[in-house]
Amino acid sequence: MEMPEPKPEILANKAGLIARLRSVLPHDAIIENPVETQAYECDALVAYKCAPLAVVLPSSTEEVAEVLKICNEMGIPVVPRGSGTSLAGGALPTADCVILGIARMNEVLETDYDNRVIRVQAGRTNLSVTGAVEEEDFFYAPDPSSQLACAISGNIAMNSGGAHCLKYGVTTNNLLGVTMVMMDGTIVELGGAYVDAGGLDLLGLICGSEGQLGVVTEASLRILAKPEGARPVLMGFDSNEVAGACVSDIIKAGVLPVAIEFMDRPCIRATEAFAGAGYPDCEALLIVEVEGSDAEIDEQLALILDIARQHNPVELRESRSSEESARIWLGRKSAFGAMGQINDYMCLDGTIPVSQLPFVLRRIGEMSREYGLDVGNVFHAGDGNMHPLILFDANKPGDLEKCEEFGAEILKLCVEVGGCLTGEHGVGIEKRDLMTTQFSQDDLDIQMAVKDVFDSKWLLNPAKVFPLDLSDSRRAA
Amino acid sequence: MDVIETEVALAERIRDAQGPIRVLGGGTRAIGRPVQGEALSVAGLSGVVDYEPGALTLVVKAGTPLDEIEQTLAADGQRLAFEPMDHRGILGVEGTPTIGGVVAGNVSGPRRIAVGACRDFLLGVRFVDGAGRILKNGGRVMKNVTGYDLVRLMAGSRGTLGVLSEISLKVLPTPETVATLTVHGAEGGGALDAMTRAITSPFEVTGAAHVPGSASAVHLRLEGFSGSVAYRVEQLKSRLYDLGEVTVETAPDSSAELWRKIRDVEPLQDAYALWRVSMKPSAVYAGLLPAMSERAHCDYLMDWAGGECWIALSENEAASLAKAHGGDDVADGAAWLHRGLQEAVADRLINQGGGGHATLIKGPDALRGAVSVFQPEPAPVAALTAGLRQKFDPKGILNPGLMG
Ligand SMILES: Cc1cc2nc3c(=O)[nH]c(=O)nc-3n(C[C@H](O)[C@H](O)[C@H](O)COP(=O)(O)OP(=O)(O)OC[C@H]3O[C@@H](n4cnc5c(N)ncnc54)[C@H](O)[C@@H]3O)c2cc1C
Ligand SMILES: Cc1cc2nc3c(=O)[nH]c(=O)nc-3n(C[C@H](O)[C@H](O)[C@H](O)COP(=O)(O)OP(=O)(O)OC[C@H]3O[C@@H](n4cnc5c(N)ncnc54)[C@H](O)[C@@H]3O)c2cc1C
Repeated sequence: MEMPEPKPEILANKAGLIARLRSVLPHDAIIENPVETQAYECDALVAYKCAPLAVVLPSSTEEVAEVLKICNEMGIPVVPRGSGTSLAGGALPTADCVILGIARMNEVLETDYDNRVIRVQAGRTNLSVTGAVEEEDFFYAPDPSSQLACAISGNIAMNSGGAHCLKYGVTTNNLLGVTMVMMDGTIVELGGAYVDAGGLDLLGLICGSEGQLGVVTEASLRILAKPEGARPVLMGFDSNEVAGACVSDIIKAGVLPVAIEFMDRPCIRATEAFAGAGYPDCEALLIVEVEGSDAEIDEQLALILDIARQHNPVELRESRSSEESARIWLGRKSAFGAMGQINDYMCLDGTIPVSQLPFVLRRIGEMSREYGLDVGNVFHAGDGNMHPLILFDANKPGDLEKCEEFGAEILKLCVEVGGCLTGEHGVGIEKRDLMTTQFSQDDLDIQMAVKDVFDSKWLLNPAKVFPLDLSDSRRAA
Repeated sequence: MDVIETEVALAERIRDAQGPIRVLGGGTRAIGRPVQGEALSVAGLSGVVDYEPGALTLVVKAGTPLDEIEQTLAADGQRLAFEPMDHRGILGVEGTPTIGGVVAGNVSGPRRIAVGACRDFLLGVRFVDGAGRILKNGGRVMKNVTGYDLVRLMAGSRGTLGVLSEISLKVLPTPETVATLTVHGAEGGGALDAMTRAITSPFEVTGAAHVPGSASAVHLRLEGFSGSVAYRVEQLKSRLYDLGEVTVETAPDSSAELWRKIRDVEPLQDAYALWRVSMKPSAVYAGLLPAMSERAHCDYLMDWAGGECWIALSENEAASLAKAHGGDDVADGAAWLHRGLQEAVADRLINQGGGGHATLIKGPDALRGAVSVFQPEPAPVAALTAGLRQKFDPKGILNPGLMG
């Protein structure tokens, strides 16, 4: 993976930068010692590492603005960082950049149940937003699997999703407003405690912009009343085709589950060995969860079970209690960990039209044999967001490259069948060079023109999202 | 008027354009400042491209009549869940509303509080920008974060950033049944309270509206499987009994008709000027309504549990406002109120620090040409908006001036 060469004049003037940063930040908010900056050398895409020039950890929007003003004047690239759980290398530094970490800004600023809004500093973790409103039986809906660690700012930058987004939507559908600092230090407020934009929907544009348009410091989020209850049903099938048809039939029947999760045999076997959740040894497994009162859940599950029976399941297990629910979810929730036990893995995130599921799974199986690398598939079936996990051995020379090549082939296949490169993890550096398979030159030009408007010097997270050769002239200017 | 039949023809027409273009879908939503320019209709770009009921996705050309889409979906028991309003009643126009016009205006109805707005159901767009380039963003899959989200940006841009040629949408199943609870006599704080209790309950209320006046009433909608709806009706009722007499409408047709009227703001149809405000519900009731009643006598309709407030001004009242505030023309009275309204919405004491916006939806050209139809933006935001317009429409020819 290519990254731009660090600018020698920036490296040479590190002392000048630190001196200026000291004039606007407290001592403990600046990290410049190479031993300590190493903690920020990568995010969850650990295959790529580079320590930054310096790290700053501001505590207020005003401090963020001061830092950005200085970096803008000095022409120094800035990479915003939440908790560093990006799987796409979104928070990967370059040697000549400043990492702007938002983790110290983690306060709840206002909780307003009547208007169903919470305002938080954007470094707050996803799960602790729900934690702040749980007592009143409210929750924040987007629930990425990384929710214990990941920050709201990272969720906004990546427009993150979660297992329950079939019903509740992803980050952009639950985001009401942000306070954001632009590269020149200007502070803007977009949205607020109301819905929809009065003019152009700039908030919608910021969400998913991967830290390239501004640094988000505060966010207003929609909170919702918790459903009375939720219960899953587990079903096993002896082919991916049949499982796919079952998903489609459930959706067509007018039930709207909160989640439809899918696992294939390699993944089922791995999680069984790891977590022992008691899953059947079958080709494809679905977990379908619905919400409501007990009676409402029964009504919906009865319908879903009826549909499932028409597809000759090898196993049908309806949860009757919270313990049974936990057991059904156990395997799914430990899937990534289980695959990680077997080997290093790369987690892909392409999305496909649901009707293409059986075809794409078959092709992935064939390619797996061609490349000689195992793949497990675990994903959100209701919305076609796949997560093929390719296993490889990082210590074996050439394995990572082979794995990346295989991954790229899968993503190209997703685009070919009418889908996209990434459903929730973002482009970062990981899919940057594949962007031309999904977009034309003009499609990418208009996106880069948007960045020109927000960050004319291309200093904010500049080496991400767009293929380097396309953004070259802009970054050099 | 130019009628375009293909995307390529659309691109050529825009690339060759010498002067401003007035983008027309069905010609039913003349919202915004009046636009001078040659009319360009996309109604010829019509038809369903792809519909997968099992995937809840629909791809259509932008000029497709909304009726046709609704019929296509209904045949498979599905619908556009964001419930776009029909502007023909309040604007007093005829014509065939198109999906392009709906998306370009981010038009959403009462169900917005439960499922989201038009923007939230938009999966992808194809459009032609002001330089005549054919562009795409998003796609036809439910989850997609590949590149910047220009899909949200195009929703609500009212043809000022590009002319939409194709649209992908998420659709949802139409529930088995619907019932409406009405709390009679609840007014002001009581009405807000009824809607707040409903929307903060776990019972998935898909409509919460307040029609004030002599027969002030709060309407609450429940949808789903019949057993579930019956259960939730009882649960909600038991939480509202102290706020007024509660009646329940269980006939689906009657509920549908009631919510259509609310969706189309029918009670305020005869207004001389009509505004739409989005603010947090508590600020509408505690801040905005008192501030407005000091200025003029208006009629109101609250939707979205109070988060959307429709304000209607009669011609008589506009005339007396004009007289009282030194205007020559009736429109001057409405313009005076308009400015006061947008100032009130921007006032942190009134909006309780939550912000908001007010848009003039209906009014004579003299009024729409004289005021900032859309809420004025703070300087740094306005600079971003202007910067984006310049990139998408460098010649400044797409509905110029419509959004101010
Ligand atoms: C085990 C595991 C499971 C995961 N499961 C999911 C899942 O289910 N769904 C899902 O969507 N993702 C998932 N992810 C991916 C990741 O957690 C999300 O992308 C998350 O939103 C990243 O948040 P973060 O705070 O860690 O951001 P970081 O990794 O720190 O940064 C991510 C991006 O956000 C930008 N950014 C951070 N802060 C700001 C700011 N203040 N202003 C502007 N830009 C900023 C960064 O520059 C970078 O581009 C998973 C990751 C792991 C490791
Ligand atoms: C035959 C006819 C004659 C008219 N004559 C006049 C006149 O003389 N003077 C006058 O002021 N008004 C006139 N109008 C009203 C005109 O409709 C509005 O001025 C304005 O163009 C709104 O467009 P619309 O009504 O077609 O809106 P809709 O089709 O309902 O669209 C609503 C909004 O979306 C935009 N839009 C629609 N489709 C797309 C698309 N595919 N891509 C991007 N944006 C889109 C429109 O520009 C408009 O802003 C006329 C309308 C018609 C049909």
